[in-house]
Order: sequence, then structure tokens, then C-alpha cells
Amino acid sequence: MHSSVLILPSFRERRRAVAILAMLGAAGLASILFACAIGSVSLSAGELFGALGELLRGKPESLAATLLELRLGRALSAFVTGATLALAGVMMQALLRNPLADPYVLGVSGGAAVGALAAILFMAAAWVVDVAAFGGAIAVAVLLLLLARRDLRGSGGDGNAPMLLLTGVIVAAGCSALITLMLSIAPDNRLRGMVFWLIGDLSATQLRWLPWLIWSGALIFAIRVARAINVMALHAEAAATLGISVARLRQGLFLSSALLTASAVSSAGSIGFVGLIVPHACRFAWGPDHRLLLPAATLAGGSFLVLADTLARTVIAPQQLPVGVITALIGVPVFLVQLHQLYRR
Amino acid sequence: MQTLNLSLNIGPRKLVRSLNWQVDPGQCWCVIGRNGAGKSTLLRALVGLRQPDGGEVRMQGKPLSDWPLTALARERAYLPQGRNDAFGYRAIETVLAARHPYQDDRYWDAESDYQVARASLRALDVESLAERDVRTLSGGERQRVAIAAALAQEAPLLLLDEPASALDLAHQVGVMELLARLCREQQKSVVLVSHDLNLAHSVATHALLLMGDGGWQAGPVDEVMTAALLSDCLGYPIDIVQHGRRRIYIPAEETTNE
Repeated sequence: MHSSVLILPSFRERRRAVAILAMLGAAGLASILFACAIGSVSLSAGELFGALGELLRGKPESLAATLLELRLGRALSAFVTGATLALAGVMMQALLRNPLADPYVLGVSGGAAVGALAAILFMAAAWVVDVAAFGGAIAVAVLLLLLARRDLRGSGGDGNAPMLLLTGVIVAAGCSALITLMLSIAPDNRLRGMVFWLIGDLSATQLRWLPWLIWSGALIFAIRVARAINVMALHAEAAATLGISVARLRQGLFLSSALLTASAVSSAGSIGFVGLIVPHACRFAWGPDHRLLLPAATLAGGSFLVLADTLARTVIAPQQLPVGVITALIGVPVFLVQLHQLYRR
Repeated sequence: MQTLNLSLNIGPRKLVRSLNWQVDPGQCWCVIGRNGAGKSTLLRALVGLRQPDGGEVRMQGKPLSDWPLTALARERAYLPQGRNDAFGYRAIETVLAARHPYQDDRYWDAESDYQVARASLRALDVESLAERDVRTLSGGERQRVAIAAALAQEAPLLLLDEPASALDLAHQVGVMELLARLCREQQKSVVLVSHDLNLAHSVATHALLLMGDGGWQAGPVDEVMTAALLSDCLGYPIDIVQHGRRRIYIPAEETTNE
């Protein structure tokens, strides 16, 4: 008798999910350790753990400990930014019922860019740039909320929120016109900073608590509604007949993904493709069940951005590339291959 | 389920005018009407997806708006007309999702959910497709998986919008027999929309005719599915042929000379 015959399907699904999440958690840790070890001066495993001990005791004295402090801070920022973007991506795709949507499609990041570039243009301090970016993103989110009330109330006959999507796309176009305007009138000495911000760059980020707070809050919300998201992804507004209050779920998804996008973009600029290809790759590998997809994609997104950022600061060292270049260079071909496979089946 | 003075309009058109109607356990109702007569709109109003333009729908004497959504989901299941699958869920996952109203206290599906889902797939003869991506199924296969999901919701009232439309002959008959058995043996109620009068007559105990101008006729099939009423309702003369114990409905041949 084959042993797997005796395992109940309900148990098998659960065991599979736990195994995948444990693997992704371990991969996240490994990516952060790797990012700490690699750089202009690479650290051996012994030095790494010695330095970690110094940091934990609160007395970074050796060169290794100082390096670790810098690299760990940056790796953690990269992780939370990637995790945030991937989570926002899954939520936006569920909200619009379109696996090819990404967190930037509705113009929330465009709003952040307008805010950030305006702040850079007027030579504001770094923290003002971040606040302006966050404010710009939230302003666009509120604007969309008002303009696309019909879809977010959930009473529209169409399940894919077309009003929200079209409004978002047009608002995004408006933002990009403002961005172009500011880029064309900006003096040369500020242009480089503005362009780096637009591509997405982690070199100037500091470790902050707020992104972690927003990420964990949104993740808890996402896990709580994961089953409801599945039902809505399947049945659109008819999900109401299965006991889902569609309007409230849509509003929740919209607000959390807007907040997540604002958080990621205001600390690292608009890093592209993480919110699109990471959810897509996870769905491709493990299926669309949001109970597994939400935590899996967010862990994978974090690890992915840590590795991409490590690549960005080492590949043509001592010069550093903005990480958005790396994610786009990896993202575009990966996405095209996936798309091709999707339509070949 | 009961409707009190229910009125439905689309723009200036009256689809249904003060419908007073009751569906009791064990009854199988067929809703008949021409295209655009308001059959699907009526079903959407009955499940609460559309606000009525007058009157109200009641379940067990309580207006729909007073029901919590989850409790209501345990009372009635709804099969909409079209399906649009954005994500590549497996067939079994789409059926398991219908167990949502019973899963308040858990994150993953329990073994009992799997058993119900498997049994529903088996009842619709699609158990072998359980692991398939729903986007790769044929129209009829997808339709049967969707009906299986409605069954897995284990509600005493089923509202089905053209359940047999995409099915081959054998499965049309199979699905209708299954619905008739559910009404007979488990005292479930079924309300279904169908354009196939013969198929409808084989399963329905009652019929609701929507005349298209707001008028309606409701009652046991033998009283309502008469040649005169159906001809009026569908806007085309209908003949009835007696074949053994069965009534066969056929479109009458129109006389060619004026």
C-alpha cells in the first residue's frame, strides 16, 4: 500500500503550504545574510557572526561590525520594500481581477513621484522628500476613491472594477505629464537625483519602523480576508451570494494596496516590476489560492529585492546602480517568458 | 422564499410589476420568458445582487436586507449566467470556495469540505476534472463545475440562471434529473431559468411566465404551461403534442399564405 494514499487532502494542502512558507522564510534570511557578506570588502561567515554578536550587544567596534551595520540596514530596507510591493501587487491584482495589474497601474506611485520631485526641485531636505512622496500617493488614492466610488461600493454590474481602472490609468497619465514638466524645467544639478528617484534607488534609505508597521498591518488584514479574496477572485460581485461583503472588501484592498505602495515608493522611489513579476511567478509556481499566495509572494518579494539590490551595488562597484534598473532588467524577460508560457497552454 | 409586490424596472421599461410569489420546499420552478423579459434581473433581485424598484424579497418571512450575508449564503445558492475566470484556479478549488459560508472559524479547508466538494463534482460527472485549471475546461465542463459549486454550498434553495445552456444532451437530462431528485428527496427548492420548454417541463413542478410588459403568470406547470399562455409569453405560436405520458412543446408552423 502506498503511504500517500492514506494522507487526507485537507492535510496535504496544509503541509504543502507550511513547507513552501518555511522555505521562503529561510530564503529571506539567507538573502539578507548574503547581502551582508557581499560588497567592496567581503565578510567570511566567521566575521559575519562575530560582527552580529557585537551589534546585538550594542557595541559595533570592529570594521566588520560597522560594515554589517550599514549593509544590514540597507538589506532590511530592501526586504521590507520588496515585501511591501509584492503584497500590494497581489492585492491590486485581486481587486481588479487581473493578474497583469501592478501596484503602480492606478497612479498612486505617480502621485508619489509628483510629490517627491517637487520637493527635490525646491531643494527640500531628504525627509521632506519622503513626506511629500507619501502625501502625493495618498492624495491620488483619495482622488480615486472619490472618482470611482461606484466600483468601490460594489454595486456596479461588472466585477472587474473598470471605472476604477480607467480613472486610475488617466490619473497616472496626468501625473506623468507633471513629472515630465518638472524634469524639463529642473536645473542640471538636481536632475540626477530626480531621475534616480524615478528609477527607484535604495542607496539613501534609512531603516525606519513605519514601513514595517504598514507592511505587517496590511499582511494581517490580507491573511484575515484571504478566503474572501479567493471567493471574489472567482465570482466577482456574485461573491456577495457566498457571504462576502464585496464593497467593504474592495475598499479594504484598495486602501491597503494604496498605503503599501505609498510606503514603498516614499522610502525607495518607484522600483518597477517587483509588484508585477513576483506575484505572477508565485502564482505560476504554487497556484492562485490567496491563502498561500499572499504570504508567499510577500516573502519572495522581500528576498528578490534584497538580491537585486546586492547586485545593484556590486555589479559595477565602486559605482552603484539604482536597483530599479536591475529589477526591470530581470523583470522584463521573466515576464515575457511567463506570458508566453501562459498563452501556449 | 417569498416576494411581496416586487417590481423591477430597467430604465423606463417595466420588467416585473408587483410580483406576489412564493416558493416552498420541494418545489421546482422554471422561469420562462423571451430575451430581455427580465428573467436574469429577477434572479439577481431574488439573491440580493440588485435592489428591487418596489416591494421586497423575503426569506423565511424576513426581508433580505435584515439577513447577515453569511447566514443568507447558507440559505440559498446562486448560479449566474456567464463565467469569466481571471485566475487559474483548479476545478476543485472553485468548488471548495463555495464552502466559505461554513468556514468562519478556520483558515484552511477541512476534510468535510473536501468530501462535500468531491461528492458535488461526482454528482455532476466531473470528478475526473478536479485537478484541471478551470480556464482549460470546455464551456459545458466549466458549467458543470459551476453547478457542482452551487451544490457544495448546501443551501436549501438553488437559483440557477440557465444551468443547462452549454451542456450536451446527456448532461442536460442528467442535470435536470439531479435537480428533480433534490427537490423530491431532500425537499430543496429550485428556481431555474430555461429556454428549453421540454427540458423545463420534465423537471419543473411550477412555472413562472414573464410576459415582458410587467405581467406575469405563476402556478403549477399543468395550469401555466399551456399553449395559449406560452404563445403569448414567447411571442410565437406554440403547439403541444402528447407523446405517451410526456407533453412535447414545438413551435407551430406558421401559415405561409396571408
